[in-house]
Amino acid sequence: MTDAPEVERYELQQDGTYQFDFDRRQFMKVFGGGLALLVPISNLLGQDAERQGESGRGGFSRNLPQEIGAWIHIAEDGSINVYTGKVELGQNIRTSLTQAVAEELQVEPSMIRLVMADTDVTPFDAGTFGSRTTPTMAPQLRKAAVAARETLVALAAQQWQVEPGTVRIVDSRFVNHDKTKSLSFADLAKGLKLVKTIPADVKTTPTKEWTVAGTSLPKVDGREFVTGRHKYTSDLKREGMLFGKVVRPSTLGATLISSDPIQEKDAGSQVVKDGDFIGVATADQQTLTRLAGTVSARWKPTEQPGNAELFNHLRKTANPNQGRGRPVGSVADGFAAADKQLEQTYTVAYIAHVPLEPRAAVAEWVDNKLTVWTGTQRPFGVRGELAEAFHLPEARVRVIVPDTGSGYGGKHTGECAIEAARLALATKKPVKVVWSREEEFTWAYFRPAGVIDVKSGVKNDGTITAWEFHNYNSGTSAIDGKYDIPNQLVQFHPSQSPLRQGSYRGLAATANHFARETHIDELSALLNLDPLQFRLHNLKDERLRAVLEAAATRFGWGWGKRKTVAGRGVGIACGFEKGGYVGTCAEVSVAAGAKVKIERVVESFECGAIVNPKHLENQVEGAVVMAIGGALFEAVEFANGNILNSRLSRYRVPRFSDVPNIEIVLVDRKDLPSAGSGETPIVGLAPAVGNAIFAATGKRLRSLPLAPKGLPS
Amino acid sequence: MANIKALNLNGNKVTVDIDPQTSLLIVLRNYLNLTGTKYGCGEAQCGACTVLIDGQAIRSCITQVGKVADKQITTIEGLEKDGQLHPLQEAFLKADAMQCGYCTPGMIMSGVDLLSKNRQPTRDEIVRHMDRNVCRCGTYLRIITAIQMAAERKGGAK
Repeated sequence: MTDAPEVERYELQQDGTYQFDFDRRQFMKVFGGGLALLVPISNLLGQDAERQGESGRGGFSRNLPQEIGAWIHIAEDGSINVYTGKVELGQNIRTSLTQAVAEELQVEPSMIRLVMADTDVTPFDAGTFGSRTTPTMAPQLRKAAVAARETLVALAAQQWQVEPGTVRIVDSRFVNHDKTKSLSFADLAKGLKLVKTIPADVKTTPTKEWTVAGTSLPKVDGREFVTGRHKYTSDLKREGMLFGKVVRPSTLGATLISSDPIQEKDAGSQVVKDGDFIGVATADQQTLTRLAGTVSARWKPTEQPGNAELFNHLRKTANPNQGRGRPVGSVADGFAAADKQLEQTYTVAYIAHVPLEPRAAVAEWVDNKLTVWTGTQRPFGVRGELAEAFHLPEARVRVIVPDTGSGYGGKHTGECAIEAARLALATKKPVKVVWSREEEFTWAYFRPAGVIDVKSGVKNDGTITAWEFHNYNSGTSAIDGKYDIPNQLVQFHPSQSPLRQGSYRGLAATANHFARETHIDELSALLNLDPLQFRLHNLKDERLRAVLEAAATRFGWGWGKRKTVAGRGVGIACGFEKGGYVGTCAEVSVAAGAKVKIERVVESFECGAIVNPKHLENQVEGAVVMAIGGALFEAVEFANGNILNSRLSRYRVPRFSDVPNIEIVLVDRKDLPSAGSGETPIVGLAPAVGNAIFAATGKRLRSLPLAPKGLPS
Repeated sequence: MANIKALNLNGNKVTVDIDPQTSLLIVLRNYLNLTGTKYGCGEAQCGACTVLIDGQAIRSCITQVGKVADKQITTIEGLEKDGQLHPLQEAFLKADAMQCGYCTPGMIMSGVDLLSKNRQPTRDEIVRHMDRNVCRCGTYLRIITAIQMAAERKGGAK
């Protein structure tokens, strides 16, 4: 319905250019003998090709390269290593991908080791975003594992001169029909030098027959985290390493006029200047901030809009030549057929990701080759950024991503990596840069703010006849609803964002669902209809109906029989994006003094066949908790080029005391392929809570956050 | 002020030579390579840097090392004894009380502090005690469960 791209302006519009062009001989030279099964990158990107442009990342639309996208290597000692460019940031894909491979190889998950996100040893990957790991990487690794198993079974059968069909894997060993003969993975892989691309006709285990996936395998390296042993980027230490810090501009958008002549401060410290970049490096982290403060620089500020004029600014700067969506039917006819019309505007604020591990990077130059450890969701993209910044061929840049302290879409870019590398180049020593919380809040990027105008027409019997939806700046994700409305005009209008903006968990799906599901609630109120029945009346999609009904049933919805308790109310919302379906019910109380409290949430979620029930429940629950912040109180405040609440003491995130009882209802569709779950569960809460506040107070709130300082008067 | 020469850390005496005004967080992470204690905000708002001083949870990011030189410091690395996890560490694993894991050490140290003072905390008591620790991944309910599990285990053992 809309052909506008999603706004993710701060992602590089390049990928696919970085190809891993190992040939097979090189492959074995690097990895020694054994058996390697290669997953062509086209298999991983193929499903995305149809969706080209939607994510704005480009690349997918090019000719798909026949390169390697992942592989499984069974070494001569029998160890099983899986190589993927995906990044672990808490979504537990290290565990779920292990399950996929273990299932098809028919071995204990503990025998499998995942090597992730190291540009020198893992194949190219566009990045870990868009809930793509589960629907694309997992099935391909399954195929590779089946091919590996079948190859080894054939080898065993050959050795024993039996039919391959009589060879099985029992207790991680290959056995013949009566178990009188057995061989280990090492026995079979020893002396092998076999590289295979997975055949097209490989048959993986049907979801209904899963025994490893579909179970709640605990986080594979959980012990590393509870003991504090896991090394995040910010924990790494290299021999002779210095700590670095960037001297930031006085305000957002300011440019450097002049700075002191740069001099060695003392033997252990250095100030580095290159164009507008000024940074300091020292061996003593305690003095780092003080050292940065001694650099005097003059900056020229530029005019910057603030919160007060934000939404006008977004409308005013919308590009009139962009954002035309293709209409469905005729909205004019739809409005003519309507008994009632409703026109409202909804807004969402900029919010910050606040990953608990701030951006961090350790950079080291050895023999003119740059290695950077950094927490990013796009290791290969950051490699490209570094190569460009330092005028190096990509072969001379290596990016390694240790399992990272979360991202939520906020760690797509490589500025911290570039800063560390620039300081390391100047000081000729490894340098670690860890952004302060204040830098995270100021110099990273935000979830886009947006204005959404909705105009609708409805018949008295509850049938929606017309739907016009204009989104300014926040983006296109889930801009098209699933309601069956014959006449629609849905448009996205890109604007000039005053603040740097980019991906955030779920992208614009939160804003678009908030506007749509609030407006739908307003229509049901206008007609005095049950909001659940009103939705179902206009909705044929079986999967969305199913989650909506699942949530309502567990919640005990009962609109007709509801008791009206002063200051209490319930609300409902539903949504779909990226293969995930969500239904959310919320109950709120509004106390004297206008304090809003979420008392109870029931959320149902369906994303096809469930890979790991416990981790899925954790993921959905976490999304609900994160959503509480954006729904009720999170907003970036800014004026005159300054972020006014750039600290955790001023920017409120959800805490223990904000969390209600949350019940998660997982709908397992073993007949459907698995989709990702990291994003879509976040979209239902804000409208459900807003609708519950309306039910409790009669006050309709149309701006996120809904109640930053209690109910607005 | 004279430099600090020794610290009582996880049951051992360790030798150092540090300006007493240096933050305990920097001392642990950079000088003693105990990186389980994390930086999250630098202003005692997130709890990622929580350690125990004589059994009491404190925020190491705003604590000068000079103030704790004569006290017992316990970090996340000091909880595991002879390969045996602390009951709360076990409970975090059982309850799946983490996603990215960055807040986990601070959560566990705050939880250990609570359980040492209150063997059977109610849910409200857990929420009140833990409210200064942030988990951005939103695993709070699981952390509450983990603390309750560890409390039951400890309670049962007595």
